[in-house]
Amino acid sequence: MNAALLNDPRVRGLFYQGLLIAVLGALLIGGAYNAYVNMAARGIPMGFGFWSQVAGFDINLHLIPYSGVSTYGQAFWVGLANTLLVAAIGIPLTTLLGFAVGLARLSPNWLLSRSALLYTNIMRDIPLLLQLLFWYNAVLKSLPGPRQSISVGGLVFLNNRGLFLPAPVPLSGAPWFAAASGAAALAALLYRHWARRRQELTGAQAPVGWVSAGLLIGLPAMAIAGFGAPFALDVAKLSGFNLRGGIPVIPELAALVFGLVTFTAAFIAEIVRAGVQAVAHGQVEAAAALGLHRGLADRLVVVPQAMRLIVPPLTSQYVNLVKNSSLAVFVGYPDLVQIFAGTVLNQTQAAVQVMAITMAVYLAISIAVAVALNVYNARHALKER
Amino acid sequence: MSDAIAFVRARPEPLDPPPTFSRGALAWARSNLFSSLGSSLTTFVFVALAAWLLPPLFRWATVNAVWSAPDGVLCRQNQDGACWAFVAAKLDYLRFGSYPVAERWRVDVVEASGAGLIAWLIWPSAPKRAWGALLFFVVYPIAAFFLLRGSPTVGLPVVDTLLWGGIFVSLLTALVGIVFSLPLGVLLALGRRSELPAVRLASVLFIEFVRGVPFITVLFMANTMLPLFLPEAWTPDRFLRPLVGIALFSAAYMAEEVRGGLQLLNRGQYEGAMALGLNYPRMMALVILPQALTMVIPGIVNNFVGLFMDTTLVSIVGITDFLEAMNNAFKDPVWSGPTIMATGYVFAGMFYFVFCYGMARYSATVERTLARGRKR
Repeated sequence: MNAALLNDPRVRGLFYQGLLIAVLGALLIGGAYNAYVNMAARGIPMGFGFWSQVAGFDINLHLIPYSGVSTYGQAFWVGLANTLLVAAIGIPLTTLLGFAVGLARLSPNWLLSRSALLYTNIMRDIPLLLQLLFWYNAVLKSLPGPRQSISVGGLVFLNNRGLFLPAPVPLSGAPWFAAASGAAALAALLYRHWARRRQELTGAQAPVGWVSAGLLIGLPAMAIAGFGAPFALDVAKLSGFNLRGGIPVIPELAALVFGLVTFTAAFIAEIVRAGVQAVAHGQVEAAAALGLHRGLADRLVVVPQAMRLIVPPLTSQYVNLVKNSSLAVFVGYPDLVQIFAGTVLNQTQAAVQVMAITMAVYLAISIAVAVALNVYNARHALKER
Repeated sequence: MSDAIAFVRARPEPLDPPPTFSRGALAWARSNLFSSLGSSLTTFVFVALAAWLLPPLFRWATVNAVWSAPDGVLCRQNQDGACWAFVAAKLDYLRFGSYPVAERWRVDVVEASGAGLIAWLIWPSAPKRAWGALLFFVVYPIAAFFLLRGSPTVGLPVVDTLLWGGIFVSLLTALVGIVFSLPLGVLLALGRRSELPAVRLASVLFIEFVRGVPFITVLFMANTMLPLFLPEAWTPDRFLRPLVGIALFSAAYMAEEVRGGLQLLNRGQYEGAMALGLNYPRMMALVILPQALTMVIPGIVNNFVGLFMDTTLVSIVGITDFLEAMNNAFKDPVWSGPTIMATGYVFAGMFYFVFCYGMARYSATVERTLARGRKR
């Protein structure tokens, strides 16, 4: 009876699971007890009371109101906003660059495809941190001062104090311009809808592209002609020892975004190349046999199938970009990790709470993207019949 | 009679030369560089760009560079050339950090034996690779630790980990990462595919948690929280804490690679092993894992490349790896000049590139070899 019981897979399974739970539980309880004893002995705060204490340090870039008398909790929100700022600038730029390099890899031109290959190999085989330090220390910091700024067309200035972009200042024509653009977009959408319906019913095609382009350019142009320019450009000007005006981008942010964008783009390029090449050649031939010309075949047959393969790894690259933006610590950009897991942790000593909150933020971002991706996959999965 | 036979060809007609544009360099250029108007324009733009950018870069790195100098004076005067003399002067520091000069042979021995063992492991037709694996994963780490750290009983003076630094620390952290993360990753992968819900849940939670957070937070956690969760008396060495973080972090990524291999494996392999009467550990050790791990060697190598590049982050918790040693070397006032930083970073970039690109090529070769075996 005993042997039979010992050899029962269910009994064994329960035993092993019980063992695992016991070991993990013992580790957890032991760890918690040690942490309690150690924290009490070193006078480390145990609750979240530090959240509403005055932080007393300054942050050189804050999108939300913050000053030396703000609390640690407000410092957390400043750091989170700065991390999201890097993501918001970096993700569109890296997508553009990544797709451009990936398509260049597929070009029939040998020089272009080889240059793209060289780019991806160099970017992927040199540590991101080294690249960031290179851009920040060796390039941005050794640029000339504000008086000898490098200027692009008299609009954008680059010097060792950072990057200065022109800022649009709305004029009296701005509301009209916005209204005309909105109306044009709406009209183009409606026209496309009408053209598609008509093609489904009668087979007659309409010049959707030309009409939309005419609407989108024509209406805003008329608004400009009628009510004047929508905005003026406020260009940075030299005053004293620095440039004033425009949109100043601190060098830390410029280096971080540039490094992240060029690094992540190499991975996106490989994803794009693999995705396009994975579309079976028979699909292109079938599209040609149906009488679609090259552009239509790409748009209706190749791109939708390639995108199904590209989107899942692409989103994980976006998450990687957000996670890698934590390297901001090394160039001194005040992101979540630098402010919260760095300065706040050092000042409050509340390591457990601070690290738990920091990790929870990144986990939440990862999980949110994973959930969004599952929705996308469910909607775009191959419908097998 | 003989007149009629004269029409039969005795030897073949000599071949016409191929048309000028169908083979050779010209034809290649026409189809690859000038196949269309756009392609031709691209070619011209690229040639112009290369003619504009490459010669100055080349001159910066070679002709205008300072190749040897006793100190930074020459480099300070030279605005538009690299300062390779700086790298040459700091090479010992970049390799060993502050490891005592008299004891540096120990590092050399560890590096050389490690390189030999790795060559044994990755050379596909090497004899007795199982012994190599045993040496590498069990004997080598222990021997290397005692050799580097030193032990009075053997007669080697103790070298405090505070003095460790440079390239050997980068290699060491990456090696420790792979030696510990591979077995741990295999266990986690098996746990994730286990039929026992508690085991599966624990593995999934660990893997997804670690993969969801940045490496730098794992390092912070290992550095600040590990001492809190252990009894006061066990406070781990400053050098050991990030190693724990690296091993745990990389194990989660290894687990996903190994899981990929396990999923590729045919169900029949499991059923065959069970039909032979093997129990679970034997089935895994003798049938499943040897096949699954072979299939994911490229993935494991790629993971190792990523791990090696990630080790640059350990400087945030106060460890002097190669990159941090380079940053320290910049602070030397004797060697300060306008191009020294760029030179140092370019050198470090070349070092990492040679390592990582080499490993990536290796994994691509293995992948092709494996694919050949599976093709029918």
